[in-house]
Amino acid sequence: MYTQALNSSDGEERHIEDAERAAQFQARIDAEERIEPNDWMPAAYRKTLTRQISQHAHSEIVGMLPEGNWITRAPSLRRKAALLAKVQDECGHGLYLYAAAETLGSSREELVDLMLAGKAKYSSIFNYPTLTWADIGTIGWLVDGAAIMNQIPLCRCSYGPYARAMIRVCKEESFHQRQGFEIMLTLCRGTDEQKAMAQDALNRWWWPVLMMFGPPDQVSQHSDTSTKWKIKRFSNDELRQKFVDATVPQAQFLGLSIPDPGMKQNEAGNWEYSAIDWEEFKQVLAGNGPCNRDRLAARRKAHDDGAWVREAAVAYAEKRRQRSTLQAAE
Amino acid sequence: MATPNTPLWEVFIRSRNGLAHKHVGSLHATDATLALQAARDIYTRRGEGLSIWVVPSNAITASDPSEKGMMFEPAESKIYRHPTFYDVPEEVGHM
Repeated sequence: MYTQALNSSDGEERHIEDAERAAQFQARIDAEERIEPNDWMPAAYRKTLTRQISQHAHSEIVGMLPEGNWITRAPSLRRKAALLAKVQDECGHGLYLYAAAETLGSSREELVDLMLAGKAKYSSIFNYPTLTWADIGTIGWLVDGAAIMNQIPLCRCSYGPYARAMIRVCKEESFHQRQGFEIMLTLCRGTDEQKAMAQDALNRWWWPVLMMFGPPDQVSQHSDTSTKWKIKRFSNDELRQKFVDATVPQAQFLGLSIPDPGMKQNEAGNWEYSAIDWEEFKQVLAGNGPCNRDRLAARRKAHDDGAWVREAAVAYAEKRRQRSTLQAAE
Repeated sequence: MATPNTPLWEVFIRSRNGLAHKHVGSLHATDATLALQAARDIYTRRGEGLSIWVVPSNAITASDPSEKGMMFEPAESKIYRHPTFYDVPEEVGHM
């Protein structure tokens, strides 16, 4: 009885302390202070960020696949060098992000295993195929353009390691978008066939790119708390609108038409787009997009094929360690 | 089978001579040689550095953020450690 009573009062105290700590935590967020790895944080904040940062990391890694598809077929050495550098950057971005996620207490290996097991998501956009060279231009111009729109506010995210990773990522991404636009411009100034290829790529990518910003505000399940915690600074619809407004004049410059005949500019100057097919988004997220199975299979194969390298590196480090222990003993 | 964990390293880069090495992030590698190579690939793709240090993360001893009051408050109350604490008449000029 006595012990039990002690236990329960202990529990209550902890609960009160947590409520107090949660209030202090929120006050720090409201004062625009950054939260660092060893600071106290609510369990839900940790969980939300681990999910978001690791999914962001998986997206960078899986995002190498659609573009990697064209490295050996790039039309010139200049394009090939740029595409190689871009794909290498995506790998680097994945690694900065895994490192940021790890500061919250999960190891990179655990997070990667979850992705390989199909238990963690990555951006739906990478489940679409890259059918022609114009797709590489469109990915740089629109997919990276949309990613930058999403990532710039994340540079001011309340969690320090995530914000710092995003600053590096954003600096590097701007080259990605510009090289994509340059590919599109070259195609649009080329032969009729090349221009048709650019238009076809835009037609296929436009709607999936708009879906990258996530579900509309009225149904987004993570938004409220993320906004309160200053992980998220703008809503999905706000960012989507910003992206559309920035992109329409670029498409006009290229002489391409956006595959949305109902699109019109309102008095405020914003471009109003037609309804997005959220059923398609749901299907792709659920694993039924055109390339979901391919992408996961490619990641699993790369992971399995690299197993011997990881094992050899561990064995070598262990051998060196034993040798130096032996020498020290002599 | 779960993927085994490899050790974590902290990376410090000197961006040019005359500046101190600065922490830029972390990475995984099984030994120091591989850690250095990975640091070059991950953190210096655009000429960010002239020199890299890699340090095993578990070799770092960190102060406890929950004790930062005890740790740093004594320095905050000693305003006489700053030059602005002392009055020097204007006629004396810059000192």
